[in-house]
Amino acid sequence: MIIQLRNPQRTVEMEGPMAVTALLVRLDIPRESVLVIRDGTLVPGDAMLGRDDSIEIRSVISGGAR
Amino acid sequence: MKCRVCRGPAVIDVRRHNANFCGEHFLRHCRDQVAKAIRRHQMLQEGDRVLVAVSGGKDSLAVWDILLDLGYEADGLYLGLGIDGYSPESERFARAFAESRGLSLEVVDLPSDYGYDIRSAARASKRVPCSACGLSKRHLFDEAAGRGGYDALATGHNLDDEAAVLFGNVLQWQGEYLGRQQPVLIAGDGFPRKIKPLVRLGEREMAAYCVLSGIDYMVEECPMAVGNKHIGYKEALNSIEERSPGTKHAFYFGFLDRAADLFVPSADDRIAIGACTRCGAPTGAEVCAFCHLLERSGGHLPEDAQAVPVKLGRRGPEDL
Repeated sequence: MIIQLRNPQRTVEMEGPMAVTALLVRLDIPRESVLVIRDGTLVPGDAMLGRDDSIEIRSVISGGAR
Repeated sequence: MKCRVCRGPAVIDVRRHNANFCGEHFLRHCRDQVAKAIRRHQMLQEGDRVLVAVSGGKDSLAVWDILLDLGYEADGLYLGLGIDGYSPESERFARAFAESRGLSLEVVDLPSDYGYDIRSAARASKRVPCSACGLSKRHLFDEAAGRGGYDALATGHNLDDEAAVLFGNVLQWQGEYLGRQQPVLIAGDGFPRKIKPLVRLGEREMAAYCVLSGIDYMVEECPMAVGNKHIGYKEALNSIEERSPGTKHAFYFGFLDRAADLFVPSADDRIAIGACTRCGAPTGAEVCAFCHLLERSGGHLPEDAQAVPVKLGRRGPEDL
């Protein structure tokens, strides 16, 4: 599966199928700091991601002055 | 995973509440949490007019959306910071949101209206960019709220923001800042009432709210904020939250319940507030910090600006 990451923008490829939580552990990304999106929809932690899926892992942490 | 409310398929987990939600009930959860924050902290009354500080990011667009949904009259103010590769894009998201809903959005542009940008201001004033940015935003949002006669200025600060700021202030024991770290600051001395309706929601929830509501927002981080201390504090807290869900909530609301009052300055410690001799903004000095920043950056007040002395006098909680 193709995984697009943001902040900074990059793409990685992983073997599927794999659970969302397992994917985040593999990439060493804390769940609290991202959303996992497939086809414009949120994917919960226990969902399985297929080998042909295109996934976005979107960082939700913003900083600076507001 | 099943939705806590309807037992249908869930799309998101909120571990802090030990709950999963489907899209519909998650959006309701967000609105309920904002309504609860407004009620508990006496942020707004029915019929209040609100100015929302809009950045084009998830939090400011979500808080604007939810305030409207709850029935408040809310306009937006976007501040163009003059940051290449970031400001034009974030302005586009702010404008698109307002236009799609027929909302009123005022746009103030630092380079064209005030003759400086954040990068030059940071360099000239020897501040970090986020400090120059924060000073500019506080001044211009306050000014616009007063000029427009709004009852309150709403910002998109969420639980993660507040917990991270608290964490930093406690690490350095910044008593003055701890005294101001409330979800609502009462209007007075020429400053508008400031409210943070998202304090009961984390930033993962706000991003999810936008995705599920179809709100397009600026996902890319401000290039000047990358690697700053605030983000470092958030990462540290998220690492703890991962192992112990609810920690950020307990930290921030525990502070409000048990310690915040210790840091509120007494009447004797409050500095006298007058009007800046250049722009009329409230300040404890002859010239306000924003006008000093303008001077050092080679900027200027808008040509049609006039120094209007602030109306002094403090409004009490009974005015809320």
